[in-house]
Amino acid sequence: MRALVVERLTHRFAAARAAALVAGSGSGIRIGPLRLADLEPPELPGPQWRRVTPLLSGICGSDLSTLDGASSRYFEDLVSFPFVPGHEVVGVLASGPEAGERVVVEPVLSCVVRGIEPLCRSCAAGRTGACERIAFGDLRPGLQTGYCADTSGGWSDDLVAHQAQLHRVPVELSDEDAVMVEPTACAIHAALAGGVVPGEQIVVIGAGTVGLLTIAALRHFTLPSVLIATAKYPVQKRFAEVLGADSVVKPSEIGRAVRRSTATLALSSSAGAIERLAGGADVVFDCVGTATSISDALEVVRPGGRIVLVGMPGMTRLDLAPLWQREVALVGTYAYGTEHLPEGSRSTFELALDLVGELSLGRLVSAHYPLDRYEEAVRHAASAGRRGSVKVVFDLRRQDPAWRRVAEQARPAGRAAKRGAVEATA
Amino acid sequence: MSPRPGFVLEVDRSTPPTLFWHGEGFRFERLPEGSRVIYPQEPIAAIADFDAAIRHALEHPLGASKPLSQLLFSGMRLTIAFDDISLPLPQMRAPDIRQRVIEAVLDEAAGAGVDDVVLIAALALHRRMTDDELRHALGSRVFDAFAPNGLLWQHDAEDPSGLVHLGMTDEGEDVEINRRAAESDLLVYVNINLVPMDGGHKSVATGLASYRSIRHHHNARTMQHSRSFMDRHNSELHTSNWRMGRLIKDAGVKIFQIETSMNLDTFPSQFGFLQKREWEWSLADRAGFHATRASLERTPPRLARQIFQSIRSPHGPTSIQAGEVEAVHDRTLENVFRQQLVSVEGQTDVLTMGLPYICPYNVNSIMNPILVACLGLGYFFNLYRGQPLVREGGVCIISHPTPWAFHPVHHPSYIDFFEQVLSDTTDPVEVEKRYEQAFATDPWYIHLYRTSYAYHGVHPFYMWYWCAHTLEHLGAVIIVGGDRAAVRRMGFRPATTLQDALEMAEDVVGRDPTVTHVHMPPVLMADVG
Repeated sequence: MRALVVERLTHRFAAARAAALVAGSGSGIRIGPLRLADLEPPELPGPQWRRVTPLLSGICGSDLSTLDGASSRYFEDLVSFPFVPGHEVVGVLASGPEAGERVVVEPVLSCVVRGIEPLCRSCAAGRTGACERIAFGDLRPGLQTGYCADTSGGWSDDLVAHQAQLHRVPVELSDEDAVMVEPTACAIHAALAGGVVPGEQIVVIGAGTVGLLTIAALRHFTLPSVLIATAKYPVQKRFAEVLGADSVVKPSEIGRAVRRSTATLALSSSAGAIERLAGGADVVFDCVGTATSISDALEVVRPGGRIVLVGMPGMTRLDLAPLWQREVALVGTYAYGTEHLPEGSRSTFELALDLVGELSLGRLVSAHYPLDRYEEAVRHAASAGRRGSVKVVFDLRRQDPAWRRVAEQARPAGRAAKRGAVEATA
Repeated sequence: MSPRPGFVLEVDRSTPPTLFWHGEGFRFERLPEGSRVIYPQEPIAAIADFDAAIRHALEHPLGASKPLSQLLFSGMRLTIAFDDISLPLPQMRAPDIRQRVIEAVLDEAAGAGVDDVVLIAALALHRRMTDDELRHALGSRVFDAFAPNGLLWQHDAEDPSGLVHLGMTDEGEDVEINRRAAESDLLVYVNINLVPMDGGHKSVATGLASYRSIRHHHNARTMQHSRSFMDRHNSELHTSNWRMGRLIKDAGVKIFQIETSMNLDTFPSQFGFLQKREWEWSLADRAGFHATRASLERTPPRLARQIFQSIRSPHGPTSIQAGEVEAVHDRTLENVFRQQLVSVEGQTDVLTMGLPYICPYNVNSIMNPILVACLGLGYFFNLYRGQPLVREGGVCIISHPTPWAFHPVHHPSYIDFFEQVLSDTTDPVEVEKRYEQAFATDPWYIHLYRTSYAYHGVHPFYMWYWCAHTLEHLGAVIIVGGDRAAVRRMGFRPATTLQDALEMAEDVVGRDPTVTHVHMPPVLMADVG
C-alpha cells in the first residue's frame, strides 16, 4: 500500500522541531520523521476487523504537532512506531459483508477494539476517550488509529478498523462533510464537558478547525447568553460568525471584549492597559493549547469559572496563581464517547454525524492534496488561516484510479455529483 | 487700525496654495479655480485692563441680579464653579481667565467675611483634571489655598450622595445637579466662551449635572434637531438646557453667572503664519512655516503631539459680563459673534476643512478617530447660522491623519466604542438604542471616571451624536491622509490626496462641483445667507 509513515527517528524529530521553532510550523516537513512509502498492508487483527480504503483524511493540529516534533513526551508510550498518521477518516469498506459502504472511523483504540474484557471503568461508562487500556490488549500501543503500528491510518490507501469503530455515513453527506465528523465529535464532547448553564457567558479562544467546530457545537448543544470568540484571520472570523459567535475579536482584544461584555471591573496599568479582569466569562474554551492561550483563558475567566482545554497542550510554563486564587476549574477534554443529554444518551459520533449534515460542515474543507504532495499539504495546513483556509485534507480518491472506480460504483450517483461540485469549488 | 473682518476669497490662478491643518502637521493644497476660502476675522482688541473690567462686571450685573458684593454675606455658603480643561483651546497662557475672575470673586467674598467657599470644576462627564491642569487654570495662589484643604472639588456625576434631583421639566426631563452647588446660598459660575455653544444655562444644567440629567439633551434625536447646536435659538440641545436652567432657578438655586469671550489671537508668534492669509505671509512667516513643516515631518508622532499640546495660546479677553444667566449669555453671544461671525453667500457642493491636533476632549491627550469625526462633523460643520455651508447631499472632505490610536487612560470607553459599536453600526440612532445604556452604566467606566482620568463611559456616544445632524445632511464624508481602516470603520471614505478626494466627491455631487474651504482654526462662525 501507499502511505505516509512516521518512524521513530529521533534526529529527524529534532530537526523538525528546530525548523519549526525557527521558521514556523510545517517548515521542517522535508527533514522531519514523515516519509512516503510503499508498505505491506496491515493484517486484520481479528474477525471483527474490516479493511477500509480511505477517501479523505484530514490533517489535524495534533498531526502537525507530531510532525513538528512538538508533541509532549507524555505520548511516547501511547504510540507505536512506525505508524501511519490520519485519524480523521472517511473511507469505503473494502472487506466484509458491508464492503462498499462508506464509513467514518472513530479512531480511539479502546477496550472493545483491543479485545479487552472486562472493560476498563472508563469504557464501561461510555467514556472510551479516557480508556485506561490504550497500551494493552491485541494491539500495540496507540491511543488512536493514526498512532498505532498495527492499524495503519488515514494517510494511506489502506487501514484496518474494528467494527466498533465504524459509523456508516448517510447518503446525503458529502465526503467533505464526513471527514469533518471526527473533529466535530471532539468539539461536541468539549462543548458538553464545559457544563455550560443556560445564560452563561462563554469564550472560545482560537478559530482554527477545532475552535470553529466548538463554536458550532456550543451554539447547538448549549444556551449561552453570549459567545465571544477570538480569530486571527478573516476567514476564521467569517466562519466563527456564521457558526454562532456573537462577537469575534482579535486575540489581543479578548480581555477588553470580555470586560465590556461582562461589565466587570478591571485592573489596569498606569498607562491604562487592562492587566486583569476582576470578573470574567463563566466558561472559556481554549482551542489552541499554548501557554499564551491558556494564560489568556486565565485572564478572562471569572472566579469560580471553568477553563476547558480543547486544543492539545504540551509542556507549558504558566502562572497558576490566578487559577488557585480564583478557584478556577481547569478541565481537559479529549476525543469522545457517549454523551448524556436530557433526551437520552447517544454516541458522540452519532451526534457529530447529525451536526455536520445539519450545518454542512464540509464547507470548512478548503483544500485537497494527493499523498505525494504531502509536503505542500502539511505546509498549507500549518498556515491554513493565513492562507484563507480552514481544513486541509488528503484526497485518496485520486490515489489510484482502480479503487477510485470501485468507490464511485459503491456511491449513489447524486452524492458523486455533489462531490464533483465540491472539487470544482475547491 | 481696526481688525479686518472675515473674508471669502475666490481662488484664481494667482492664488497661492491653501494651508490645511492636518493633525500635528499641515498640508499645502491647491484648490480648484473658483473655489471659495473662508477666512476668520483678525483678532479684535483685547480688553486693556481686564481686572478693572472684571470688577466692573461684578458690580454692574446684567438682568435681574444684584451686584456680587450685595449677594455675599458672612456665614453664607458660596460655591464657585468653573469651566474645565475643555476650554479654551489651546490652553491659554497664564494667567488663565478663570484665575483672574475667581481671584476677583474670592477677594469680594473675603471682603464680605465669607469663609465657606468651595471651588468645583464643572466636568459634566469629562475626565477629571490633573493637579497641574487645575493649577494652570486657577493659578497657584487659588490652587494652594483650596486644594490642600479639600475645598477644590471636581464635579462627580456618578456620586449619588453628591447629587440632588431638583425635579422634572414639563418635557419630562430629570434635572439633577451637584448637591453642594444646589444647596449653596450662591453659586457663581465662571465661564469661558470659545464657541457660541458654550455658556448660558448649559454651564450649570450640563456642567454640574448627572448622566441621568444630561442624557435628556445629549442624544441622537436632540442633535438631529439642532440646526445648528452652535446657534442657541435653533438648537434643541440648548432648548432643553434652557428648560432645565429655568427649573434650577425656580428650585431656588441662586446663580451668579460670569461669562467671558476671547479674541482669535489663538497661536503664539512662532506659529504666526496660522493667523494670516497665505498671500500675506511675510518672509518670516514663510520661513517659519517651512521650517515647522520640515521639522514635523521628521518628528515622531508622539513627540509632535507633545510639542503641539505644549502650545499656550495668547487669547485675549474681549468681554466679561455677569449677573442673571440669560441676560449675561445674550450679551456674551453678541461679543462672540462680533469676533467670529463671517457672512457667506450661499451653500456649496463640497466643503473642505483641515482639522488641527486638538479638540475640547483631547487636551494633553490623543485625537482619536471618534474625536476627529466630532471635531469635523460636529464642531466645524455646525459652526453656521442660517443654513449649513454645504448643501444637503453634499460632501465634506476632511484632512487629518486620523490615527487608529486612543489614550487608554483618558478614553477607555472610546476604545470599546470603536471596536464594538462602530463595527456594528454607525447610525447614531441605532448606536444609541443598542449600546448607550450598557456603556453608560458599565461599572468599570464609572470607576475610571470617578477615580482616574477617564471620560465617562457614555462620552464617545455623545461625540458620535454630535455628528448626527451632519451625517443625515451629507451625501458622503471623505478623509484625506487618514488611517484607512480607521476611516472606514466610521463609515467614511479614505483618500490619499485632496485631488483624489475631489474626484471621489464628484461621484456624489456631480461634475464640476462648487468647493468651499473653511480656513480654521482660528475659529469662525459662518452666517450663511
